Amino acid sequence: MAKKVKLSEMTDMFKGMDILSLEGVTIEGDIEIDLSGLGGGFDPMLAAILGQESAVLAQHFGRLAGMFGYPVGMGAPAASAPAAPAISPALAAPKLRDLIPAKFDVANIAEWTTQIQEVPIGNTSADGGTRGKQVMLGGEKALPFYFDAPMPNRNQVTIDVFDMRIGLAKSVKENYDEVMDSPGEWAKKNVDKFNADMITIHLISTDPLVKDTSAKDAAKTVEEVLQAVDVPIAIGGSGNPQKDPEVLAKAAEVSEGERCLLASASLNLDYSKIAEAALKYDHDVLSWTQLDMNAQKELNRKLMKQCNVPRDRIIMDPTTAALGYGLDYAYTNMERIRLAALMGDEELTFPMSSGTTNAWGARESWMVSSPLGQDSDWGPREYRGPIWEIVTGLSLAIAGNDLFMMMHPTSVAVLKHITQTLFGMVEAEPVDIASWIGAEV
Amino acid sequence: MKINSPLEAYKYLPQTNCGECGEPTCMAFASKLIDRSGKTENCPPLIKEKKYAKKLAELDRLLAPEIRQVTIGVGERAANIGGDDVLYRHKLTFFNKTKMFFDVSDNMEEAALIERVKKIADFKKFYVGRNLLLDGVAIKAASNDPAKFAAAVKKVAEIGLPMIFCSFNPAVLKAGLEAAKDKNPLLYAANKDNWKEVGELALEYKVPVVVSAFNDLDALKTLAKTFAEAGIKDIVLDPGTYPTGKGLKNTFTNFLKIRRAGIMGDTEIAYPIMALPLTAWMAGIADPVSASYWETVMASVFTIRYGDIMILHSLEPYATLPEVHLAETIYTDPRTPVSVDGGMYKVGNPDKDSPVFFTTNFALTYYTVESDISANGIVCWLLAVDTDGIGVEASVAGGQLTSAKVKDAFEKAGFDLKTDTNHNTLIIPGLSARLQGDLEDTLGAKVKVGPMDSGRIPGWIEKNWPPK
Repeated sequence: MAKKVKLSEMTDMFKGMDILSLEGVTIEGDIEIDLSGLGGGFDPMLAAILGQESAVLAQHFGRLAGMFGYPVGMGAPAASAPAAPAISPALAAPKLRDLIPAKFDVANIAEWTTQIQEVPIGNTSADGGTRGKQVMLGGEKALPFYFDAPMPNRNQVTIDVFDMRIGLAKSVKENYDEVMDSPGEWAKKNVDKFNADMITIHLISTDPLVKDTSAKDAAKTVEEVLQAVDVPIAIGGSGNPQKDPEVLAKAAEVSEGERCLLASASLNLDYSKIAEAALKYDHDVLSWTQLDMNAQKELNRKLMKQCNVPRDRIIMDPTTAALGYGLDYAYTNMERIRLAALMGDEELTFPMSSGTTNAWGARESWMVSSPLGQDSDWGPREYRGPIWEIVTGLSLAIAGNDLFMMMHPTSVAVLKHITQTLFGMVEAEPVDIASWIGAEV
Repeated sequence: MKINSPLEAYKYLPQTNCGECGEPTCMAFASKLIDRSGKTENCPPLIKEKKYAKKLAELDRLLAPEIRQVTIGVGERAANIGGDDVLYRHKLTFFNKTKMFFDVSDNMEEAALIERVKKIADFKKFYVGRNLLLDGVAIKAASNDPAKFAAAVKKVAEIGLPMIFCSFNPAVLKAGLEAAKDKNPLLYAANKDNWKEVGELALEYKVPVVVSAFNDLDALKTLAKTFAEAGIKDIVLDPGTYPTGKGLKNTFTNFLKIRRAGIMGDTEIAYPIMALPLTAWMAGIADPVSASYWETVMASVFTIRYGDIMILHSLEPYATLPEVHLAETIYTDPRTPVSVDGGMYKVGNPDKDSPVFFTTNFALTYYTVESDISANGIVCWLLAVDTDGIGVEASVAGGQLTSAKVKDAFEKAGFDLKTDTNHNTLIIPGLSARLQGDLEDTLGAKVKVGPMDSGRIPGWIEKNWPPK
């Protein structure tokens, strides 16, 4: 039942969807690719079709496409599916004579009175930048995907780039190995092959305990990335509180007018220096705190009141902990922040960002097998890692997170697909679920 | 529950401060009732003395959770679902973790059927001092043949897990009920065509029952109301679970609406909700890994937003591990502390030659490290450094874990590496490697960098201990 398409036909297939990556991709020759029914809007497949060399994974994930609209035999009702139930009159019940009609009704939440601030990232030529598009975050008037009010902007994914070769989980690394020595090429791959909405460049080599790269040299990497891709970018430091303000200020200077996201201002470093650079050179600020709603309020307040950062330049990172390693705190922290914001807490009405990559710190995502003898078999880690990143991100999407910093191409693809489905922009052939009991799986 | 302050519950208590419940006062007991850590049956006078009977009945009515609690199965592994009082876990906590039932079909070969059911029953994932498990078996009457279904039920019942009987054919369901007397299975399902017969079975065999109406909340509520009026109390709702596109979005909306209405006091629809993530396998996804991923994605959405019980298909570890962990995540009581007390802990009976580790006092970090060490028979000293309950990597980044903090923790614990050990050596988490030099200076001790993950401590110790 597989459907053959040519690469050259794919641009048309994806037109109008959330796919930017085909533009600018040169297709040489007409290679026929086996797609088990690439239907409506499942961008992820590009990752597999155009890029992933790892054969088995590419095959599996490539076929994720099949879910859209072209049933290919899996799960189709069995030939012997049960007919409509035979109702035996002998069973007719004395206690159950007639249906008692009831109408279902439920009210919207009246307390959700306040809209989340909309914050744009990236300036196009219209705003004096060179980005090909702008990403808009926030604007919600209800919890994500709720019926109370439409969600104005979909979730966005930014894929990580590092300014030096670093240790990564095996299944992540095999996607990036050949570009890890070139941040520009790395960024390009993220956009062209893995459908990144944005790029995050982490200047980790600036850490005095790593390479102690100077702020000036690090800024060159930022320029390289800005030239390599035209999506909006986020710029991260090394996490060294003494050096980050200087590194980010210099990076802000060389990227003047591009409206990058500077990551991050926090209470344990000179946030005012970062805020000042953001204002002077036209950027946004990521306000990062650690699983503490009150600290988040304090930092946002300081950014607004002390540093005069306008509301449409603040995004919050309230910290992401991985599934199984504190996600309960991260989830509830975000949900509480978002609920408080919707109910009018002006110190919290900002879009949120998640370091979803933290999911790769969970041993379940990368360890070959369980260190504990009594556990059931953990199975192949190649498949555990991506789903760990997906479930971590998806949980936070439901709690209220807007922007996801991610790593594995498959995780990016699936997270985008489920969040865009709940957002309401994915069309698919209706599935007749009434026959599920007799369906063969 | 209909009341939310201890004062309101106190009114219905004996107010004698007899202490028989284990609390010093009736008011203290009342607070336990309100936070649902105590039950009325823990108050002997209230239960035993006739004069309190009326008050007890009224108090039980007031304290009953907004969403009805339903029990499936019997014995040790019986599954409780529902019982919630809030829409967001931080408002109290969610009760009765989402239950994961996995499908089998009555037309499977006997050996394959038994193997699959055993796999469900035996699944175990260790997590913070306990095991996460799978909950039950959903038997699909794919044959639509009562005799065949009854035979499959008999075999599954022997393993002892709670069961869901899946058929819209009342004759098939009845055959299953006859084959598994007193096992208290959940019947799936009564719909607009068969509701009289299935409802009668639920009454006759006194078992919980699912009412099913796909994407039609009026019809769903009508069925639930009709059953409730007929005396059926243990009802579960199936609004249909569509796997893709707008269908999935509508399903999400239906779950939100049903639970909101229930918590807000619409008792006619205040029942547990069933999700069917296994419909992912009907969406035409050719590749089994991809289909399994999508099933897990659907399971995640409905674990977070109000699915109380679900039927799943994939038993691959990359499906079950994230699923059981997410249910644990969402249903963990947020009122329990994030951290353990800082201080020196012993694993086994350590002496002066035993290795000394430190980790942070974030409860999850601490328990993970502690179980990795003890499960592998390593005897050692384990210092929990107070990092305000933040994990290693984050606290190094955030400045809550510094060499000064570690030194301070040793001092507070009254433990001196120079005199309390023969090796004057500290093993630090791999994720805090950058503190090594600083720590050597601050502590005047040898500092070795351990593995990035405590699961690798056994291998590390083998190679590096005792120090040369």
